[in-house]
Amino acid sequence: MSLLAVEELSLAFDDDGESRQVVEEASFALEAGRTLGLVGESGCGKTVTAMSIMRLLPSPPARVLNGRILFEGIDLLRLPAAEMRAIRGDRIGMVFQEPMTSLNPVLSVGFQIEEVLRLHRGLRGAEARGQAIEMLRHVGIGAPERRLGQYPHQLSGGLRQRVMIAIALVCRPRLLIADEPTTALDVTIQAQILDLLRRLKRELGMALLLITHDLGIVAEMCDEVAVMYAGRIVERAPAGVLFQRPRHPYTAGLLAARPRLVPKGGKLATIPGTVPPPGRRGAGCSFAERCSRALPRCGSERPALTPGGEDQWAACWNPVP
Amino acid sequence: MGRLLEPGAVSRPILEVEAVAKHFPGKGGRLLRAVENVSLALAPGETLGIVGESGSGKSTLGRLMLGLHKPTAGRVRFEGVDLASLSPAALRRLRRHMQPVFQDPYASLDPRFTVGASIAEPLAIHRIGDAAQRRRRVAELLDIVGLEPDAARRYPHEFSGGQRQRIGIARAIAPEPKLIVADEPVSALDVSIQSQILNLLIDLKSRLSLSYVFISHDLAVVEHISDRVAVMYLGQVVELAETAALYKRALHPYTRALISAIPEPEPARRRERIILSGDAPNPEEPPPGCPFHPRCPEVMPRCRTDPPPRAELGSRASPHLAVCHLHGDPGGR
Repeated sequence: MSLLAVEELSLAFDDDGESRQVVEEASFALEAGRTLGLVGESGCGKTVTAMSIMRLLPSPPARVLNGRILFEGIDLLRLPAAEMRAIRGDRIGMVFQEPMTSLNPVLSVGFQIEEVLRLHRGLRGAEARGQAIEMLRHVGIGAPERRLGQYPHQLSGGLRQRVMIAIALVCRPRLLIADEPTTALDVTIQAQILDLLRRLKRELGMALLLITHDLGIVAEMCDEVAVMYAGRIVERAPAGVLFQRPRHPYTAGLLAARPRLVPKGGKLATIPGTVPPPGRRGAGCSFAERCSRALPRCGSERPALTPGGEDQWAACWNPVP
Repeated sequence: MGRLLEPGAVSRPILEVEAVAKHFPGKGGRLLRAVENVSLALAPGETLGIVGESGSGKSTLGRLMLGLHKPTAGRVRFEGVDLASLSPAALRRLRRHMQPVFQDPYASLDPRFTVGASIAEPLAIHRIGDAAQRRRRVAELLDIVGLEPDAARRYPHEFSGGQRQRIGIARAIAPEPKLIVADEPVSALDVSIQSQILNLLIDLKSRLSLSYVFISHDLAVVEHISDRVAVMYLGQVVELAETAALYKRALHPYTRALISAIPEPEPARRRERIILSGDAPNPEEPPPGCPFHPRCPEVMPRCRTDPPPRAELGSRASPHLAVCHLHGDPGGR
C-alpha cells in the first residue's frame, strides 16, 4: 500500500453559476520515505492538488467532482472534519511558498510551534517549550531560546522558512507537502533550505511531495516526477528517466526551454502560445494547440496516461520516440 | 581601475558608472549604503548582466544608471554626458535614449489606458510624431514584439504575463532608445514563456542596435544573455568579467557559491555545492573589512579588518576584476 495515493482526482471551482474544472483525473502515488515532484507552470493545478490533499480548499467555491485521496489507506476526502484536523499538522505537514503569509504575524515563533504540540500531543509549558527548542535546533536555527520570543517580521526570509519547516515537522509527520518552499528565497538561501529538507527527510524517514516549477530542483530532490499541464498529469516517470528521455512533448519542451542548454546568446527553444485557462481546455489534449507533434485526433480526443516502459507514463497520442 | 572603464577600448562607452554610491537614510539615524563605490562601463552593443541577491543594490544601481536616482557620490555618464550636469528638462530629453523594462509590466502599465495608449505615451512625452504617425508606430511596435494589431485597443488585464512583458518591451523601444536597463524582466514568467521573452530581447538587440543592462537574480538567465557579468554583494561589485570566464573560473568565493547553488538538471554539469552559512547581513550594518567575510568559506584574518583590494586579473583583452583578499595586493597587479 502506498503512503499516499491520489486516484482519479477531479476538482472544479464554482463561480457565478459557472463551474470550471481545474484538476482532471489526476492520479499518482508516493511511497513511504520517497520524494515525488509535482511540476508544472502557473495555473496547471499543482497547488490546488496539494491543497486538496490537506483539505484546505474552501468549499464553495472548490468542489471535488470525483476521486479518492488515500493516505495510509484512508480516504481523506471522506473523513469527518475533526479527524482530518487530527491528521493535518500531525501525520501530514505542509510548508508553503511565502512563510510571511502563512505564519501568524501577531504570535511569537515559540507560540506557533508549541500550539501544534498542544493541539496534537496535549503538551504544555516546559515540555512543549523543550520540544520547540529542539525542533528549532534541528532545522538549523542558532540560539533557539532567543528565537522563541521573536515574531515573524523580525526574521529574514530564510529563517522564516526554517520556522515554517519546524512547525510542519515538530510532530514528525510521515508526509511533508512542500509547495514551492524556496521560490521566494535567494539562491544561496534556497541551497540551504533544500539541503535542510534532504537531511530532515533522511533523519525523520518521511516522504516528501515537492511542488515546484523548477526542473533543476526536481532533478536534485526527487525520486519520481509527475508533470502537470492545464489540470492534468501529462507525464509520470522516475526522475532519471524523465530527464533523459521525456516522452510527452510538453515535458520535452520545458526541458529544452532552459537557457543553459544552448550556446550563449543562441535561440532558446520555446513553446509557442500560452496555457489555456480553465473552462477553455476543449475536448482533446489541452496541449494540442501549442504542440509541434500534434496529430488531427489530438484536437478532439483526450489521451489517457499510458505506460511506455520503465515506469514511464505519458498522456499523448504521438509521444517523443 | 583603468582597463575596466574602457571595454573594447575601440569605441567610447555608451554608459559609464564611476565610483558611484547611493545612500539612503536608514533606521535610527543610520545610513543604508545601497550602492558603494561601483565603477563599470558598457560598450555600445554590449549586454552587461548584473547579478546579486535581494539587498545587493542591483536595482538601485539600475535606477542610478537611468538617472532615476541622484548618486550620493560619483558620476553616471551617458555617451560622455554626466547625468548630474543636466537640467531636469535636459535629463528628460536624454531619457528617450535610455529606457527601463521592469519585472512586472502590469504594475508599470496604467490599467485604465488601452495598450495602444500606453505604448504611445513615451512618444507623446518626447513629442515624437503626430497622432496618426504615433498610431502607425504603435502598430509597427506591436508587430515587432509579436502581438496582434488589435492588442492596441485592448486593456492590460486582458493579457497574460508574457504578453504584458511584450507590451512593456514595446513601450520601452517606442522612442528608439540606445540603452535598455531591464530589471528582472523574466523573473515573474513561467519557463516556457521566459524563453520566448529572452529570444525577443536577444533578437531586438541586434535588430535595433541596442545595448542592455540586464539585472537578475537568475544566474542561468544572465549567463545566457550577457557578454559580461558584474556580481554584486551588499552594495558593491565584487567580481566583473566576461561571462564565460566568470562561469568557468570565478575568482570570488561568493560568485563560486552563487554559481554552485544553481539547481542543475544536467548531471554532467552538476558541481560540488558550496552552501553558505547564514543570511546576507543588514546593509545598514555592513561588517568591517570585506562585507562577505562572515559567510566566506575561505575567510582569512585580514578579511575581518581590511577592505579587500580591487584585483584586476585576466588579460588585456578580457579583464577580470575580483574584489577579494585572495587575489592581488592593494595596489592591483
